[in-house]
Amino acid sequence: MTLIVQARQALGEFVLDAGFTSDGGVTALFGPSGSGKTSLVRLIAGLSKPDHGRLMIDDEVLLDTENRIFVPKHRRRFGYVFQEGRLFPHLSVRQNLNYGRWFAPKTMQPENFDRIVELLGIGALLDRRPGKLSGGEKQRVAIGRALLSAPRLLLMDEPLAALDDQRKAEILPYLERLRDETSTPIVYVSHSVSEVARLADRVVMMKDGRVEAVGTPSEVLSLPSADRRDAGAVLTGTVETIDIPHWLATIRLSQAQIVVPNARVEEGGSVRVHIPERDVMVATQRPEGLSALNILEGEIAAIEPDGDGMVRIRIRCGDDMVLARITALSVERLELKLGKSVFAVIKTVALER
Amino acid sequence: MDWLVLSDEEWTAIRLSLKVSAVAMVVSLPFGIAVAYLLARGRFWGKSILNGIVHLPLILPPVVIGFLLLILFGRRGVIGAFLNEYLGIVLSFRWTGAALACGVMGFPLMVRSIRLSIEAVDRKLEEAAGTLGAGPAWVFLTVTLPLILPGVIAGMILAFAKAMGEFGATITFVSNIPGETQTLSAAIYTFTQVPGGDVGAMRLTLVAIAISFAALLASEFMAYLVGKRVHIE
Repeated sequence: MTLIVQARQALGEFVLDAGFTSDGGVTALFGPSGSGKTSLVRLIAGLSKPDHGRLMIDDEVLLDTENRIFVPKHRRRFGYVFQEGRLFPHLSVRQNLNYGRWFAPKTMQPENFDRIVELLGIGALLDRRPGKLSGGEKQRVAIGRALLSAPRLLLMDEPLAALDDQRKAEILPYLERLRDETSTPIVYVSHSVSEVARLADRVVMMKDGRVEAVGTPSEVLSLPSADRRDAGAVLTGTVETIDIPHWLATIRLSQAQIVVPNARVEEGGSVRVHIPERDVMVATQRPEGLSALNILEGEIAAIEPDGDGMVRIRIRCGDDMVLARITALSVERLELKLGKSVFAVIKTVALER
Repeated sequence: MDWLVLSDEEWTAIRLSLKVSAVAMVVSLPFGIAVAYLLARGRFWGKSILNGIVHLPLILPPVVIGFLLLILFGRRGVIGAFLNEYLGIVLSFRWTGAALACGVMGFPLMVRSIRLSIEAVDRKLEEAAGTLGAGPAWVFLTVTLPLILPGVIAGMILAFAKAMGEFGATITFVSNIPGETQTLSAAIYTFTQVPGGDVGAMRLTLVAIAISFAALLASEFMAYLVGKRVHIE
C-alpha cells in the first residue's frame, strides 16, 4: 500500500500546507496541538476539502483539486477512530461493531468479527449500551468498529488523548497487538512522544501547519525541534528478565542493559524505551550512592549547544545513542569533549507509559 | 344512565374525527420531517420565508386558513381545479378536505418539535457513520432518524391532538356535513345550537376528554420506550 497526500488549506489565519507518503505500517503524525495534525487527517478521511491538494492510495486518486476529483468519505473506505469514540448511543456494542460491516463491499473479506473482539478484549461488552461503558472501553469498541468496516487504511486521531494514564496503559498494549497482528496500515495522530515512540514505524513531525521532519522514531524524536520537554532517545531492546518482587524489568540493549519499572511486558519480547534527555545526567566517574538504577558507560559522540545556555550531549553506548541535556557551564566544568568516556546517569526510563 | 348511550350519529362523528386526525397526522409526517430537516440543516435563500409560511397556521385565525384553503383547494381554486381535473381528487366538502385542514393546522407544531430534535443531534455521530461507509441517505435512516424519534413522536402526538380539536379552519373549508365532514368538535358545536342539545354535547365532551387523555398517555408511554432505547450518553 502506498499513500500519498499533499494538501494546502487556509483555515482563518492558520495555513496548513503539508504532505507525506506512507508505505504501510504505522505512520505517526506528531507535533504540538495546533500544528495541523488533525486537519491533515480529516482531509485524508474526506471530512473536509482542501483548497489545493492531492490524495492517492496505490493507483487510485481520491482527491485532486486540479481535476476536480473528490471521493466522498463514505466511498473512501478509510476507518477513522475519533478522540471521543463517537459510538452510536442508540445501538448496542455489537450493533456498533457491525455498523461498518453492513457497508463494506461484499467482495472484501471483512476482518473476522471474533478475532477483532478477542484482540481488543471487548467480548464481555457486546450486549451493553455505549452509555454504560468506561472511556477506555468505548475507545476499544470504536477501534473495533473502524477495523470491522474493512478499511484500506486506519486513521486514528489522538485516540488516547481523552483518557487518563491508567486507561492509556490499558489500551496501548491492544494498539501494539493491532500493529503487529493486522495488515491494515495506520496513520496515528498524537502529540505524545511516548505513544509515538512506542507505536510508530515512521514519524512525520508537524509544526505550524508544515511538515518539519520525517524519519524513524529515534531519528525524529531526538531532533532539537522535537517538543523540548519530551525530546530524548528512543532505544529498542529485548526483555531479559522480570523481577516480580521489585516490579522491575531488565531490558538488554546493544551493549548495556537497563532496568525499567515493570510495564506489563513479557520476557523475550521486543520493546522500545524512551529516555527523555532532560532526565539524563553526565558524570566523568562512575557515581556511587545514587538512587538511579541505570548508569550507562559510553563516549561522547557529539556536543550540540542550543544557544540558550543548554547543551545536548550525545553519548554512544554500543550501537545505542543516549541524549543528555545539561548546561554549558557543566560542559566547561567537566571538560567534556568529543570521544571522552563518560557515564550517563538516567533518572527515569519511561518504558512508554 | 341512559343519557350516556351514544347515538349512531354521534358514533359517526367520533369515528370520522379519529379517521381525519389519523390521516392528517400520517400524511403530513413525511412532509413534516422533510421541512424540519430543511429548516434545521439547510442553507438556502428564502429559508426564513419558508419558516414563516410553515408557522402561518399558528398565528393566523383558523377561519382565515380555512378561507385560504377554500380559495386554493376549492373546486374552482387554483390547486383544487387541477386536482379535480387531472387526478379526480375533490377536497372541498369531503372528509379528505377536513384532513387537509387539520393537517395544515397541526403542521407548524409537528415541524417545530422535529426541528428541535434534529438540531439536538450530535453531527459528529453522522460524520462517524460516514467514515464507516454509510452514504447520506443511510446516515439519515440509521443514525439521524433513530436519534430524533422522541421528537418525531412528540410532533405526531401534537399534530394529532391539534387535529382532534380543530374547528375553525375545517368548518370554513368543508362545512359541517353529518357523516362526511362533521367532526367531534363540529358535532358538539351543532348540539349547542339546538334546544335540548346540552346532553348530547356533554356526552361528546366526555368522549373528547377520554380520547385526548388516551393520546397523552400513549405518547408518554412511547416516549418512555424510545427514551430507554435511545440512551444518550
